[in-house]
Amino acid sequence: MTDPLLDVRNLRVAYPSAHGYSDALRGISFTLGREKLGIVGESGSGKSTAGRAIMRLLPPKARVSADALRLSDVDLLTASEAQMRDIRGGRVAMILQDPRYALNPLKTVGAQIMESYRIHTRAGRAEARDRTLAMLEDVHIRDPRRVVDLYPHELSGGMGQRVMIAMMLIASPELVIADEPTSALDVTVRGQILEILNERVEAQGAGLILISHDLPLVSDFCDRVLVMYGGQVMEELAARDLSQATHPYTVSLHASLPPLDHAVDELIVPEYDPSWLTEIRK
Amino acid sequence: MGGQVFRTVVSVSVTILGLLALTFFIGRLLPLDPVLAILGDDASQEAYDRMVVKLGLDKPLWEQFVTYVWNSLQFDFGTSLTSGRPVAEDILRVFPATLELATVAMILGTGLGIPLGVVAAANRDTWIDQVVRVVSLIGYSAPIFWLGLLGLTVFYAALGWVGPPGRIDIVFQYDLEVRTGLYLVDSAMAGRWDIFADVFSRIVLPASILAYGAMAYISRMTRSFMLEQLSQEYIIAAQAKGASRQSVIWRHAFPNIAVQLVTVVALSYAFLLEGAVLTETVFAWPGFGRYLTTALLRADMNAVLGCTMIVGLIFITLNLLSDVFYRVFDPRTR
Repeated sequence: MTDPLLDVRNLRVAYPSAHGYSDALRGISFTLGREKLGIVGESGSGKSTAGRAIMRLLPPKARVSADALRLSDVDLLTASEAQMRDIRGGRVAMILQDPRYALNPLKTVGAQIMESYRIHTRAGRAEARDRTLAMLEDVHIRDPRRVVDLYPHELSGGMGQRVMIAMMLIASPELVIADEPTSALDVTVRGQILEILNERVEAQGAGLILISHDLPLVSDFCDRVLVMYGGQVMEELAARDLSQATHPYTVSLHASLPPLDHAVDELIVPEYDPSWLTEIRK
Repeated sequence: MGGQVFRTVVSVSVTILGLLALTFFIGRLLPLDPVLAILGDDASQEAYDRMVVKLGLDKPLWEQFVTYVWNSLQFDFGTSLTSGRPVAEDILRVFPATLELATVAMILGTGLGIPLGVVAAANRDTWIDQVVRVVSLIGYSAPIFWLGLLGLTVFYAALGWVGPPGRIDIVFQYDLEVRTGLYLVDSAMAGRWDIFADVFSRIVLPASILAYGAMAYISRMTRSFMLEQLSQEYIIAAQAKGASRQSVIWRHAFPNIAVQLVTVVALSYAFLLEGAVLTETVFAWPGFGRYLTTALLRADMNAVLGCTMIVGLIFITLNLLSDVFYRVFDPRTR
């Protein structure tokens, strides 16, 4: 087997709290090739923390440790800040949840995408602008010449998220971490955005980590899925097997989804077993 | 756009009218007899009655108000009791001194306060942040007259680094051709660098002391505005693109606080223009603050009301300017 794109072994993150440190991630491990990996779990399970830890974008007071955290040839734990800047956006990109907050309100769409490109290439303004227009076309924006000069508040949610994808993928990263990329969007445009994301990731041959709480979406979209709870990986399985999962937590997550074929008055709240967290995992 | 201009004009007019009404009624409600203030306590009844007619106090209140508004709009605030000259003329004479002092102080205070606040926010909870906070806390809490006296004792009397109190050496007083009333500008325009050096050595200390207070305020506000912006999602996005720390701070976060910052700077400038009474007193500075205080103590109502109008107008103007800046700068308000 060739070296994986991303190798995470026993990643732990802790934040200082009133009583020493409290754990956000309690040792998660996974590897990723050029494939689509879903990370699911409820709020607070550590999904986003894992994504940000890989990019080393956690607040400075977070304590991060791991047996290994490697992006093919680079050790992300010991990389210098300058190396990390090349990696961020250049080799690993991150799509954030809500374009209304994740785009700088004072800069035009074009300026923000061009900035991404010019950080990682030696391109001049004109070339960067051409690439930006091409990239906007790639994310299926119909009128790139008009959109390029718009400000974020003039975009709809779906357009904003396309701009976000263009901005993060313009420097051709090898790995894309999409942190709830559709949760803030209208249901009607979610499919389109995922479609576009998928198209770009495949065209560029990148690996993708899709962080989501939406089980059906992840099982449709991804190759493999990690189910997280309480800062640990509960189980890892092929996405198409998600509905046949055997771990009690995954089963109860499934059970909490509203059924489409009959009406219910009350949704099932998953029940937790503290032994899940003390279980020793390989 | 036209609608906005119209709305602004209306709101400014209403504010000015409100200000006029307020000063007018304060003038009537105070238990001060303007006639006695002019004539003295032992004036004859005949003289008193003549003065009432001369001042228009025999007319109905609304007519007095209309006259007051009409005159005020032409900057005619009547005659000052103490100087015997028109109040407007007096203000024109003392205001440049304050304007010059406040402007130098603002340039210093803003030039230091903003970078300090940004640096403190960017290094939150480190020793840099603590130092900035302590320095600005001292600026907040130290009484200004005490700082002034201390400054004079150390930097003028002991070290001789700065000039004595007063705006200008008496030798130069009648030598300088006053055009703008700002001595630094006037002396530079006349090419009299000896006068410029004298004026400069005198303004440095009072301006620095005023600047310290302004800097404390501005750096604290800058710090909290920056902390708010640095916790926004678009900052994470900029970092995720690979932008450098400097670029994230100065090119992404900082422009987003500019609008709020302009309001803060404009307000502190307005406060300084209102006249720093204590500083002007300690430094024998013939400015607006001292004029206003003297007028208050002598119950010189025309002068007080005239000054109040001017202060009000300064606040309205600066607010208006920061509003205009807001619209130009923030694409969301266009």
